[in-house]
Amino acid sequence: MDAVFKALADDGRRRLLDRLHTRNGQTLNELCEAMNMSRQAVAKHLGILENANLIVTQKRGREKLHYLNPVPINDIAERWIGKYERTRLAALSALKQALEGDRND
Amino acid sequence: MTKEKFLYVTYIRSTQEKVWDALINPAVTQLYWNHHNVSDWKPGSVWNHQRCDGSGKIDITGKVLETSPPHRLVISWADPDDTSRFSRVTFEIEPTNQGVKLTVTHDELEAGSSMLRGISRGWPMVLSSLKTLLETGNAIDLSKF
Repeated sequence: MDAVFKALADDGRRRLLDRLHTRNGQTLNELCEAMNMSRQAVAKHLGILENANLIVTQKRGREKLHYLNPVPINDIAERWIGKYERTRLAALSALKQALEGDRND
Repeated sequence: MTKEKFLYVTYIRSTQEKVWDALINPAVTQLYWNHHNVSDWKPGSVWNHQRCDGSGKIDITGKVLETSPPHRLVISWADPDDTSRFSRVTFEIEPTNQGVKLTVTHDELEAGSSMLRGISRGWPMVLSSLKTLLETGNAIDLSKF
């Protein structure tokens, strides 16, 4: 769980997860577009995310595709959210999103 | 039509046999998935994802495409009201140092479909619940979602 929190504690890595959330299964080249980061830096961030099991990779021919794996984030949520709170929290999140727009920060 | 694919991975402190049983044994799927997974699990057989609230309603149906216990299970996946559109789910169970790695690949999904929206919320919850059940003996109560 430490690895997940450390991986998430970086804006660049959260943006990479956002990109995969928008479109799953991208290559390193695709993820480098519009990131304002060197290819090497993006590759390093992806490695940290993969070690934390937040992304999963799969080979397709010579390409490596990156997929968002939200299961560890759900594991964290389950640890502190009680079963009777879930519906109300989902309603609150939906309300906040509707009022503020789709902000990710 | 664009097809989408999702990959989910969870590491579970358990054995391949227990994880396999948790996928195909309705008495266990009831505990963490709030449904019975019902089939004889032979290639070509039908499998159903059936409510256990007494209504017997089938929420997902499909066929067993490939089975290799306790490593790999491939099933097709459809809304019983629209069996013209099948997606595919592959479960792979690999041993690791401290237990097993369970990979769920859900592919052949139609982009923008309601099935895609449902499963992309559903799988993380189901896999967290399965992990919790096998590691602690208590599952997450998915009926409250």
